[in-house]
Formats: sequence, C-alpha cells, structure tokens
Amino acid sequence: MNLRYMKDYFAWLYYQYTIISCCAVLEPWERSMFNTIFLTILGMVVYTAYVFIPIHIRLAWEFFSEIFGDQSTIANF
Amino acid sequence: MRPGPGGCCCRRRPALPNGCVANGELKNGYVRSSPAVAAASATAGSQIHHVTQNGGLYKRPFNEAFEETPMLVAVLTYVGYGVLTLFGYLRDFLRHWRIEKCHHATEREEQKDFVSLYQDFENFYTRNLYMRIRDNWNRPICSVPGAKVDIMERHSHDYNWSFKYTGNIIKDVINMGSYNYLGFAKNTGTCKEAAAKVLEEYGAGVCSTRQEIGNLDKHEELEKLVARFLGVEAAMAYGMGFATNSMNIPAIVGKGCLILSDELNHASLVLGARLSGATIRIFKHNNMQSLEKLLKDAIVYGQPRTRRPWKKILILVEGIYSMEGSIVRLPEVIALKKKYKSYLYLDEAHSIGALGPTGRGVVEYFGLNPEDVDVMMGTFTKSFGAAGGYIGGRKELVDYLRTHSHSAVYATSLSPPVVEQIITSMKCIMGEDGTNLGKECVQQLAENTRYFRRRLKEMGFIIYGNEDSPVVPLMLYMPAKIGAFGREMLKRNIGVVVVGFPATPIIESRARFCLSASHTKEILDTALKQIDEVGDLLQLKYSRHRLVPLLDRPFDETTYEETED
Repeated sequence: MNLRYMKDYFAWLYYQYTIISCCAVLEPWERSMFNTIFLTILGMVVYTAYVFIPIHIRLAWEFFSEIFGDQSTIANF
Repeated sequence: MRPGPGGCCCRRRPALPNGCVANGELKNGYVRSSPAVAAASATAGSQIHHVTQNGGLYKRPFNEAFEETPMLVAVLTYVGYGVLTLFGYLRDFLRHWRIEKCHHATEREEQKDFVSLYQDFENFYTRNLYMRIRDNWNRPICSVPGAKVDIMERHSHDYNWSFKYTGNIIKDVINMGSYNYLGFAKNTGTCKEAAAKVLEEYGAGVCSTRQEIGNLDKHEELEKLVARFLGVEAAMAYGMGFATNSMNIPAIVGKGCLILSDELNHASLVLGARLSGATIRIFKHNNMQSLEKLLKDAIVYGQPRTRRPWKKILILVEGIYSMEGSIVRLPEVIALKKKYKSYLYLDEAHSIGALGPTGRGVVEYFGLNPEDVDVMMGTFTKSFGAAGGYIGGRKELVDYLRTHSHSAVYATSLSPPVVEQIITSMKCIMGEDGTNLGKECVQQLAENTRYFRRRLKEMGFIIYGNEDSPVVPLMLYMPAKIGAFGREMLKRNIGVVVVGFPATPIIESRARFCLSASHTKEILDTALKQIDEVGDLLQLKYSRHRLVPLLDRPFDETTYEETED
C-alpha cells in the first residue's frame, strides 16, 4: 500500500522532471540522450562536492582562524 | 459617487440608445468644476483633463491585473527553451548531413549556395519547437461550434509531421476556445430559420462587389440596423473582419499623418497602418502616460524633418485585447483625444456584444458617448455568430469609405444568409424580436465571466486581464506545459486553445479560454474541476496572490492592490 503510494509519487516526480526539462516533447532517443548527459553532469557535481567541499571548508577555517588568532596575539601586546 | 450635473440644468437633452446624453454633458460619475459653464468643446477639453486628475472619469472600479512572473518559473522556462534550442541545433545538423530524413521545406539543390531562406529564428522555431506540439492546433471540428463540439480524432506516426484520421469522432467536447460570446453559433432557433429562408430566396453567392451590382437591399437594411445598434449616424459592412481593418485604415490616413498604435494591437490593425504609409508610433499597452507623451511630442515637434504639423493624428486601440484579456481605458483615451484634437479608431472585435449592460460594447460599458469615438470598427464573427466586419461613424466618414475603401471597390460583399444571421442576432440582442433572450444572454455572459475568473483565481492560477473581460488567459510559461495542457484537457473532453510564441512573448505562453453565454453553470463547473486537476498534475498554480498595482498610475480608487507576504 505504502509502496504503491511511493511508486506513484516517484512517477509524478519523474513526470514533473520531464515537463520542466522539456523531455516530454522530445523523441525517445533524444530523451535518453538528454537523461544520460544530465545524469553524468549531476554525478560529476555530486562527486566533486563530496571530494572537495570538506577540504575547502577546512582550508577556509584555517585561514580565518589564523587571522583572528593573529589579532588576539596582537591585541595582547 | 457624486450626482450628475443634471440637477442644475432643466433643459431637454436628447438621449442616445445607449443611455448617454448627446449635448456634451457627461453622465453620473463625471465631475464638472463649474456647472454653469456651457458645454463648449474648447473648455470641455480642459475640464475633462482636470477631471482625469481627480480620477472621476470612471464610474465603476477598473480591476485589471497582470501578476508578475515568479522568478523560479522564468528561470526554468528559459532552461526549457535552452534545452529545446540545443536539441534543435542537433536535429538541424543531422538533417543537414542527411543522417536524418528532412520533412520540412528546404531549398532545392541548385539554391543551396544562395542566401538561405530558412535559417532565421522563426523558421528554426517552427521546425524544432512548434512541430513537436503541433497536434494542439488546427484540430478539425465537425459540428457547430456551440457550447459543445465534435472533434475528429487524428494521430501521427512521425512525431507530428503528418497526421492521419483514426475515423473516430470525439463527441461533446466542451468548447472553451470558440469566440461564441453570446451563444449565437447554433444550428437551431430563429436565426437559423431566418437564414435558411433568406438562403432560399437569395441563394448563397453575391457574385459582385458593393460598388458594382452586389449591393443588396439586405445590406442596406443591415447597415441601418448596425448604425442604430451602435448609436452612430451611419455604418458600412464588409465581408471580412481582417479586411475591414487592413483595407480601411489606408483609406482614412496616408502619408503625412501620424498613427499612434497600442503595443499589442492585432495584426490587421498593424497591417492596415503599414499599408497606409503614415508614420507609426507605438505606445505602451494601455498606458495613458505613454500615449500622452507621444501626443505632446507630436503636437510640439510636428513631422520629423520639416516640423510641419501632422495632417491627422489617429489613435488605434482595441476594445478587448484578445491575448491579454485587458480592456482599453476608454475614458482617458477620449479625454486625451479631445485635448490634443486627434482622432480615435476603436476596434471592438471582441468587445461588441460582450461588454456593456445591453451588449453595445466598450463604449456603453464605460457609459460614454459613441459620438466621441470617430471610427467605431467591429466584427460580426465573435458575438453574432456570422462573418464580416463593420465600420460606424459620422455620415460623411461612411460615405467617404463607400467610395474610397478597397474593400468596397474590390471585395465581394457579404453573403445574404450571413447578413440575415447578423440581422436576426442583432435584433435579438436589442430585444426587438419580442423576447428577452438577448438581455438574458448578455447577463449570462457577464455572470459566467465573473464566476469563472473568480474560481480560477481562487484555485491559484495566474490569470491576466480585466475582471469583466470574457477572454481569460491562464499562464502556462513553460514550453512543455503548452503541449501537455492541451493534450490533457482533450483527454478530459475539454477543448482549449493554447498560445505560444510568436503570438505572445516567448516566455509568456498561455491557455486562452473564451467564455460563452451558452455555457451553463454545470458545464463551467465540469470545466473548472478538470482545470483544477490538470493544474495540480502540471503544477500550474503559480499565483502568490501578489497583484502588481497598475503601473504608472497615481493612486486613486481605481487601482486594485493586494499584497500577501
């Protein structure tokens, strides 16, 4: 029962995706081509975010804490 | 609402059929600063301008709103068009290199090295975007286009490049697309019997033009009736509404004249203006400040190089704009026209029969004097269930047009059964056939309009236009939704007209409903239920109930403003 509801919901979600990205008016081979390219790009974005965002956050944190760390040491003089 | 100035003057004033008074005094809601001043046209102009600033020109609230496009929707629409454009380039590439079969028009082999004919945006759009959703247009119908219509079913095996009929007929499709405002498009009743009798007597063809031997007594009768209906001195009828505009504007203006045309005027008005050879300047849609600026500049600076005054200034407006559903601000246009001594050409194609308490059009809707409009043009196609157009005005104008209009000289005159249909339906609207049917139809249309618009707004759709206009544009925006909406509604047995580029701006595609007096409340409720369902399915309920106040207007009681954050 719940599974059927979930299936319907995902079908509706897929329909919204095809409508918004105009897949609904494309021919089947164009649709598969677009889906492949889109999923590839999405996959690359997700992978890049997963690999690089923690590193960037750590670097930014170190950069700013260095500035504030310096300030506090300067002020104590 | 201040009482009219009639209390201070006891003289008899001739009343025109639409209830206006004829000596230049204005009816209720118009304010005069000094009632003792006689209605001389020179002073009346300046007084009316004074009244404009008070906002007292309108005797009823003017509720027109065009809700802003939500930002996310606009971005996604552009994304959608971007995807389709990329695929369009891909398909063009494949067709060029013969990887794919080319179905569309293309140059011959010998012409390939010359200037390309089909590389502009219009052709690109047609073969790559329009073709994909082409099955929503040109649907063949096979019954009278009343409240319900029969549509011939067709399908396509090669993605809309060609269609085949399945042989089925989809019966009783609710017709929300026909311009059948008063419900006279029917094959039963008095109109049909009268037309059938005239067909037996006169036949169907006229075989000549008005000026030669095609001037029937029926045409004279029709023209007298039209003049009486509109409240003008004389009128002339033509065989085609489009030709009325495009062939008569060149007859009344020429080189050395100035045409001020609204941004969103119909193609027939644009064509007529261009054919005339006059200078054309465009003012923003329904924007009186823009119009006044153009008029001021025209009077002050005159013609471009010689600085001579313009021979004639003609303002072209429409009663109801069919793509926006907006109504022209006629009181202000007339006030401006009088102040700057120009002429007004009013195209009432969609508003005649559909507006006003007795269906006499936008002039009666605002309670104005029909003699203030110099050229009143309209068509018989929409509210009268016939074909053709008319021009009404002063007798000198109509006599001039009889001899100088291309339509009168070269075009075949109206067919007699069609003339009889117009005569019968017009008499019905005026109430001269002894029944109350005309009045009921006009009231039913007004009720249907208010009800339908209110329900759609409550559901959360973005609806453009004036509250009283029977043309209801429902915004769709995204290109895939245009096709999806049309098809889903047909699946649910409702026929709608969807419109995209180039009839509308590229991101503002819409579905346009045309209400009719022949729609009963049950039909409207069924249609509304299905529109609600399709709206949920396609996520069309964009409205955030934030109506933009009408731009560039100083605040007065005619702006309708509501924000809900």
